[in-house]
Amino acid sequence: MADILKRNKALSVNPLKASQPIGGALATLGFNRSMPMLHGSQGCTAFAKVFFVRHFREPIPLQSTAMDQASSVLGADENVRQGIKAIAEKSKPALITILTTGLAETQGADIHRNVREFREANPEFANIAVVAVNTPDFTGSVETGFAATLTEIIRALVPDAKQAGTYPGKRHRQVNVLVNYMLTPGDLEALRDIVEKFQLRAVFVPDISDSLDGCLTAEDFSPVTIGGTLVSEMATLGDALATIVIGPSLAKAAEVLEEKTGVPTYTIAHLYGLKANDELISALVAISGKTVPEQIERQRAQLQDAMLDTHFMLGQLRIAIAADADLLNAFIALVQEMGSEVVAAVTSCNVPLLAKIPVDTIKIGDLEDMEHIAKTNKVQLVIGNSHAVDTAERLAVPILRAGFPLYDIIGGYQKTWIGYRGSRQTLFDLANLVINYSHEEIPVYHSIYGQKPESELTEFNVSKTQSCH
Amino acid sequence: MKSTNDIAALLDEPACEHNKKEKSGCAKPKPGAAAGGCAFDGAQIALLPIADVAHIVHGPIACAGSSWDNRGTRSSGANLYRIGMTTDLTEQDIIMGRAEKRLFHAIKQAIETYQPPAVFVYNTCVPALIGDDINAVCQSAQELWGVPVVPIDCAGFYGTKNLGNRIAGDAMVNHVIGTRDTDSIPNSVKRTDIKIHDVNLIGEYNIAGEFWHVLPLLDELGLRVLCTLSGDARFREVQTMHKAEVNMMVCSKAMVNVARKLQQQYGTPWFEGSFYGITDTSQALRDFAKALNDQDLVGRTEALIEREETQIRTALLPWKQRLKGKKVLLFTGGVKSWSVISALQDLGMVVVATGTNKSTEEDKARIRELMGEDTVMVDDGSPRALLKIVHDYKADILIAGGRNMYTALKAKVPFLDINQEREFGYEGYQGMLELVRQLALTIESPVWEAVRAPAPWNIKTTLEPTSQRWEC
Repeated sequence: MADILKRNKALSVNPLKASQPIGGALATLGFNRSMPMLHGSQGCTAFAKVFFVRHFREPIPLQSTAMDQASSVLGADENVRQGIKAIAEKSKPALITILTTGLAETQGADIHRNVREFREANPEFANIAVVAVNTPDFTGSVETGFAATLTEIIRALVPDAKQAGTYPGKRHRQVNVLVNYMLTPGDLEALRDIVEKFQLRAVFVPDISDSLDGCLTAEDFSPVTIGGTLVSEMATLGDALATIVIGPSLAKAAEVLEEKTGVPTYTIAHLYGLKANDELISALVAISGKTVPEQIERQRAQLQDAMLDTHFMLGQLRIAIAADADLLNAFIALVQEMGSEVVAAVTSCNVPLLAKIPVDTIKIGDLEDMEHIAKTNKVQLVIGNSHAVDTAERLAVPILRAGFPLYDIIGGYQKTWIGYRGSRQTLFDLANLVINYSHEEIPVYHSIYGQKPESELTEFNVSKTQSCH
Repeated sequence: MKSTNDIAALLDEPACEHNKKEKSGCAKPKPGAAAGGCAFDGAQIALLPIADVAHIVHGPIACAGSSWDNRGTRSSGANLYRIGMTTDLTEQDIIMGRAEKRLFHAIKQAIETYQPPAVFVYNTCVPALIGDDINAVCQSAQELWGVPVVPIDCAGFYGTKNLGNRIAGDAMVNHVIGTRDTDSIPNSVKRTDIKIHDVNLIGEYNIAGEFWHVLPLLDELGLRVLCTLSGDARFREVQTMHKAEVNMMVCSKAMVNVARKLQQQYGTPWFEGSFYGITDTSQALRDFAKALNDQDLVGRTEALIEREETQIRTALLPWKQRLKGKKVLLFTGGVKSWSVISALQDLGMVVVATGTNKSTEEDKARIRELMGEDTVMVDDGSPRALLKIVHDYKADILIAGGRNMYTALKAKVPFLDINQEREFGYEGYQGMLELVRQLALTIESPVWEAVRAPAPWNIKTTLEPTSQRWEC
């Protein structure tokens, strides 16, 4: 439904996009005892590491194949093999992902062959899962990198039902939940609670709520992730009752999982707002055969009440959103449910989902594009990541921080957005941001004949000459 | 404490139409079925917008504590009215008779900290009951510190909010109005081509700054507003109100005693009008010109009305399409009923019923004139009764005071707040644009459907797996 406006300028100013390797690394970090390794120069890893450390405020396991000038020109196969071996020896991880960068792909690296070569040469590490994924940063975004990596991990670690003897419902309480990059650790915790209310056990793939949730552990240092989806658990996905997939970006991953296991899939685009959560609860009713718990009914009614209370502030509010497709789609649904108008929608790269989002146009571009569109359309509120804070400041409108990265606030990574409760809090947050700014105040008028005290009149004149707004 | 005679005199307001039937104007509140504020509430609401005055509430905390800074009225400069001041009487003050002393020191503190041009002292139930002589305290404070200190004896038990409005008006007439001459008109704005007339507006509160939609038009016509009682007013402006050539009672009978007394004491004529809606705004401007008996002004007024009406009617066209035919239940106090009706009719909306519990016979006559003889007039403002009418008449929206907002929302009925706590200004020609925006915002909101529909699991039985719904 949306017209996609392609990139039409040479220079990207204040970029919105985070790269595919970032997404690949994030997906990997949701597995227990894992280590992502970016196949590129040292800088590729260093920047990604800083990106995550600032967002999660956690130490982040991330390695590099450290391509130098010679290996960049002459071939870096040895870097990949050596890198895997070094990590395997030193850190004894359960999972290593090899994520390519623009440098490696441009050079023409064949990481899949490299992994085969490593396997042949090092049978002693056969118990360590090694997954290679092509995630060059010259295409896609954090969203596509995350999805591609998850797809490859499933392909590599979930056994075919026929060979492994798995069948749907063998574990009669297990539900696989494939989650996209936009669900925070706080979201996953909330989602786990919801699923458990239906007497079901959720296996999140991946699970950053167990690895990047800011938890102090007994170990003072670990080279690999502590917590996350167990690699061994991947073999049980075929025994689950059902799979719930959250995020259109995971369509391919879901398809691969269902092909391999035959476990039926319920797809849900996101968990923001009333309708989306109704879909989730309906799916859980269908999977569990249980009625909706009273507490969930109550949370739903609380969200409805919040919708009424906040529609005065959010109705007709002109909003700009800058986010990757899944998140953009979720926010648009949430605010349109409230009668807001999304007058500037900007995203980082083109994916099939965009065309179906019910707004007039979506601009593929950067935060400068958002700033221009927002200015033209007299935007009253911005939704975007920490980079968009300056944009909002220049537009003189409030911002709701969301997405990647959030580095100028504490605990942004942990915020719960989803479910009836999370949605309610988001509506409150949005309404509070605009409660005093959502309408243009009537400008003060001073009568030419007024009898106001002289002190006030001079104050007014002084402020009039000094202030610029 | 006021004597029964004082209160009876205030209730017997000859200019109030409520007073013409056998019972006196302001109905007694009924125990167990009381709605609306007390006399203190009414007095404070009437005067608080005087922006540079220190407003001290003399009483225990509930009176000021539950009400301070609770208004949408705006000031163009001074902001002292936003600072809540109360003597916050304690049990010891009351038992030991220290309340007067505390008040005296409170006035001193307010004067020393904020140097206000005047202090208003609002009496409340407890000090009235224990016999504090606030008149005497105010007088000695005024003598000692040389700042006007005005007692407003408005204990809640004296009566309703309406009575409180009158007590406030009375205090202004008795203590403030007539204590200063007007400023001379500055040379920079003097004009030789037109005559500048001095006028007052009584009962104009500048909610959300809405009077600033009207004031530029009055300036343009050469009407110098000596004072608006009390939106965006200053003490020194109130002092000069006796000098006006004509007073306009804006949209409320609440301070009609001020208009009447100014007419008695200074011979100032007054008329009643409203700035809500295109029709009424134009009418008010015409009434000024007529009352001032200035032919040149009449001509200029007509030209201005012509210009403004054309402009706003064009701007409203797209909105009218969206709102036309929508049904409204209007439940507001008194005069606002008829003034808002004409505003809604200007938009092509249908008012199916209107509240008249505070309206006078004259108000009702005007309502009939606007809406026809068989219009539904609602006296019972209880939530149950209002909702019944909404359902019976299939109203699209309830327009009422903020108190009823959550009644409407809980019943899943669209709502527009029209009372003083609101954040939006609807006065004048430009205010109509804000009114339509707010009406459309709530009527057209998708949330109504979302909250009225049953949960999907209560209608559908099973959900099928939805694999590969997305093409990617």
